[in-house]
Amino acid sequence: MTDRTDETDDTHRPGDQPEQHRVTDGGVTAAPGREGAIPEEDTNVTEVFPEGNLDLRAGADNCYKCTTCDTSCPVAEVDEEFPGPKFQGPEQWRLKRKEDADIDGSIMSCSNCMRCDSACPSDVPLSQMHNEARGEYVDDQMDALSTEYVRNRILSNYRTSAELASKVPQLANFAMNFGPARWVMEKVLGVTKEREFPEFAEQTFREWWRERGGAHVQSSEKRIAYFHGCYSNYNTPEVAKAMVRVFEHFGYEILVPPQKCSGTPMFANGMLDDARRDAETNVENLASAIADGADVIASCTSCSLSLRQEYPELFDIDGVEDVSDNTFEAVEYLRIYEDLEGELADAELDGQSFGYHGPCHARNQGLHRQAVELFRDVDGVRVEDVGDSCSGISGTYGWKEEKYDTSMKIGEEMFEHMKHAEGEAGMTECPTCAMQMEHGTGYDIYHPLELLEDALVD
Amino acid sequence: MAIESDVLVVGGGLAGMTSAVAAARAGADVRLVSHKKTSLRQASGLIDALGYVPERSSPAGQSEYISQERKDFREVRSNRGEYKGPLVSPYDEFGELPDDHPYSLVGEEALREGLSLFDELLGDAYAGGHTDQNALVPTFGGAVKPTARYPRSVAAGLASENRSMLVVGFRSFTEFDARMVADTLDAAGVPFDVAGAEVRYAETFPADAKVTRFAKALDHDEHIDGTPARRALAEAVEPHVGDAERVGFPALLGDENTREVRAELGDRLGGDVFEIPMGPPSLLGLRLEDRLYAALDDEGVQYETGNPVVGYETADGAPDRLGSVLVDRKGREVPYAADTFVLATGGLVGKGLGSDRNAVQEPVFGCHVPQPEDRYDWFVDDAFGDHAYARLGVEPSKAMRPLDAGGDPEFANLYAAGAVVGGADVAREKSASGVSLATGIIAGREAARTDREPTTDSNTTEIRR
Repeated sequence: MTDRTDETDDTHRPGDQPEQHRVTDGGVTAAPGREGAIPEEDTNVTEVFPEGNLDLRAGADNCYKCTTCDTSCPVAEVDEEFPGPKFQGPEQWRLKRKEDADIDGSIMSCSNCMRCDSACPSDVPLSQMHNEARGEYVDDQMDALSTEYVRNRILSNYRTSAELASKVPQLANFAMNFGPARWVMEKVLGVTKEREFPEFAEQTFREWWRERGGAHVQSSEKRIAYFHGCYSNYNTPEVAKAMVRVFEHFGYEILVPPQKCSGTPMFANGMLDDARRDAETNVENLASAIADGADVIASCTSCSLSLRQEYPELFDIDGVEDVSDNTFEAVEYLRIYEDLEGELADAELDGQSFGYHGPCHARNQGLHRQAVELFRDVDGVRVEDVGDSCSGISGTYGWKEEKYDTSMKIGEEMFEHMKHAEGEAGMTECPTCAMQMEHGTGYDIYHPLELLEDALVD
Repeated sequence: MAIESDVLVVGGGLAGMTSAVAAARAGADVRLVSHKKTSLRQASGLIDALGYVPERSSPAGQSEYISQERKDFREVRSNRGEYKGPLVSPYDEFGELPDDHPYSLVGEEALREGLSLFDELLGDAYAGGHTDQNALVPTFGGAVKPTARYPRSVAAGLASENRSMLVVGFRSFTEFDARMVADTLDAAGVPFDVAGAEVRYAETFPADAKVTRFAKALDHDEHIDGTPARRALAEAVEPHVGDAERVGFPALLGDENTREVRAELGDRLGGDVFEIPMGPPSLLGLRLEDRLYAALDDEGVQYETGNPVVGYETADGAPDRLGSVLVDRKGREVPYAADTFVLATGGLVGKGLGSDRNAVQEPVFGCHVPQPEDRYDWFVDDAFGDHAYARLGVEPSKAMRPLDAGGDPEFANLYAAGAVVGGADVAREKSASGVSLATGIIAGREAARTDREPTTDSNTTEIRR
C-alpha cells in the first residue's frame, strides 16, 4: 500500500510535541468534568496510582462491579473467551498501574460498539478506557511488521484505499471482488473472502457537488456544514445527495468543508496516531465552518458519534469541544429544528416496507428510534424495528478473517428478525451495518434520508 | 421548537414505562426519555407488591429521627423494628402502612390497576394474576420471596407447591451454588424434598463466562465440545433427577427462545423445568426490559435512551409551570416541550436522587426532599435496620405531584412516580415494583388529564409528612 505519511504532514500544527501526540493526550483539559473528576482542592486524594496521559482514575473508581456492561456486550455473548467490557475498562486500567503489566491481547476482540457506555449506570467512561488500552497495546505490544498490524492499518485507513479506487472505480470494483485476488488477500492479509467489497461509485459525492456548482441555497440564517465521511463520498453518494436535497428543501445553505476520515475504524484498531492526524484536519475545518454560523451534520451515525464523543475524550485539539457541541446526525437535526412530522403529514410513499436496524452508535446518541417514529404515520410506508441486537460487523471487525464467524454469529438474531419483518428491504443509518444486513439477507438497504427525499423532494 | 408532546416522561424504568402507557391510554401523545438502559436489568424480574409491613409501633410510622450513637451490634439488632410477614396477600396490611407511604396516598385500587396493566402488557409471559395472594418464589440465595407476579419460567418452582425438587448448578458457573440453595430451602422447612446437584456442563467455558453467553448457547442450541448445548445439559443433569418432579436452574435458560429451551429440557428430563431468579445482571430483568419496550412501541409511545435530562425551563409567564426540560444531546442542550411532565428517574441507586455530604437532592427539578438535617441521622448502625435514607424521596400529593417544603405543588404540571417518591422502604417491604406500578398509573393518568386541575389533589396539606 502507499505510504500515508506525506498526505498528513502538513496538518500538524507547530505547537504539537511528538510525545504529546502519541496515543491519547489530555482528554481532561479538553473536557473538564467529563468523568466527574473531583477538583483537587475539595478532597485530599492520595496519589495511589501513577497517572497516564488521561486521568481515568475517577472513571475507574465509579465502577461498582454491577456487571451490567458485560450483559450488553455483543462479543461476550458469543465468545466465552472474551473477558467483557468491565475487565477491558476499569479492571485492566488498575492492573496497568503496575509497571510490568501488559495490556491483555483480548482488547483487540472488543468491536468498539460502545454499548457498554449506555449500559453503565455509573458513568464509567468504558469506551474511552478501551480506546486508550487498545492504542497502548497496538503501539507497545503489537509488531508493526506483523500481518495483523499491516492488515488493520490498511482496513482502518479505508479512506486512503477508497480514494485510490475511486479514481478507477470500474477496475477497482472488478479487482476487489476477483476470486483469486480475494483468496490471496485472505491468505496474506487476513481479510475474509466471505464478504463482497462494497462497490465504488462512478462519481464521488464531492465530484458531483463540484459539478452541480456547490450549494443551490444561500442563507445566513440556516447553514450547515456536511460531514459526509468516506462511505457516502466513495460508495453511496446517493445518501449524500439525498441529504443535500432534503436540507435544501428546508432552506439550508450547505457547506462541504475539506475533511478526512472521522476516525471510527482507527479507534477500533488502536491506530490512534492515524485518527489524531485526520481529526486535526476535521476539527480545523469544521470549527471554522461553525465560526461561520454553521452546525455540523453527519449522515453516518458512527461519524457523528466520533466527532461528538471520541474526539473530546481522546484529543486535546483547539476547537474540539466546539465541534462536539455543534455536531448532529442529519435526521436528528431536522427533528429538532424543523417541523418534520408536519411536513410528512401529507406525504405519500408507494407502499414499501423496511426492516429497520438501529446501529449501536446511533443508540449511544439516542437516535435508534427516530426512523421508526418518523415514518409511523406516513401513508404508504412501514418501518419496523428488527430489535436491539448488534449487527455484528462493527466496521472493520467483520472484515477480519479471524473475526468473521463471531461477526456472523452476533448478526444471526438481526438476520432472523429481518426475515420475519414485512417486506424485503432494510433500513439503517450506518454504512457498515448496511453491508452486514445485505450480506446476511440479500436485501437492498436504504438510509432514512433516502426515504425522506422520496417523501419531501419532487 | 420541534420536540413536543402532551406528556413527557423522564426515566425509563418500570415506573416511567407504566406512567407512559397509562398516559397514552388516556389519549395523550407521550414521549419518554431515559439516560441509560433501565435498572430492570439489575433487578430480579419479579414483580413484588408488598411482602412485609412495619409494625405500627416501629419508627417507620413516625418522622422522628433520633441521632444514633455507636452501639453494640447485638443491641442494635435486638431493637430492630420487626416487620410482619411474609404477607399472604399484599392487600391484607395496607392499613398498617404509614400515612406518608405511597400506597397510603394512592390506595389499594391503584395497585390493583397497576398490576392489571402489567398483566395486560406482559400477556402470558408472566403469571400470578389469577389470585390476590403472594406467590413464594425461591431466589438464588435460597431465600423465598413473596411476590405478586413472576415470569412464567419460574412458575414451576414455587415454594408453596409440594412436588419434590432438584436444584442444578454448573461447575463452570460460579455465581450459583445449587447445594447451598437446596440446603437453605430445606432449612426453611419447605413442604417438599429438595436436593442440589453440581453438574459438569460447558466445562470448556472459563469461569468468568457471562450469563448472556450461557443463555445464547442454549438459545441457538450451539455445539459445545461437539454436543448441542441443550442435549449436553440434559445429559449432565439426568443422572441426578431421581424422583424429583421439577428441576430448577439459575435463570440463564435462553433469552430469545427461552420457552423452547425450557420445553426441550423438560422433555428430555421428564419433569417441569424452571428458572431461579438471579442477582444482577439478571436475564429475567433483561427479558422484562425487552418486553416492556416492545409494549411502549405497541402503545405508540415515542422513546429514546442515551441522553440525560439536565435541567428545565418554566413556561412563558408562568414560573410555577414547566415549559420544557433540557436534554443534553452530547453537548447541545435541546429543549423538549410538553404540557405535563412525569419524574420517574429512580431512587438513590438509580440516581434519580443524588447526595453529597450535606444533603440529598432531586437533581432534575430540584424538588424538595424531606430529610434529617444531620447526616448521621440518615442511617442507623444496623445494616439491615430501619434506615431513614431508604425512605427518602420527593414528597407527593395524592395525585403524585411533588410538593415543596410548604406543602404546595413544586410545579403545576409535574408528577412523580416510582423510587424517586419517598415514604416506602421498598427493600424491607418487598414492594419496589408495586410502588412503581401504583404510582406510575396515577402519575401517568393525572398527567394526561386535559382539564389540568386534578380534583383529587385538593387536600394536599393534610397529607404532609
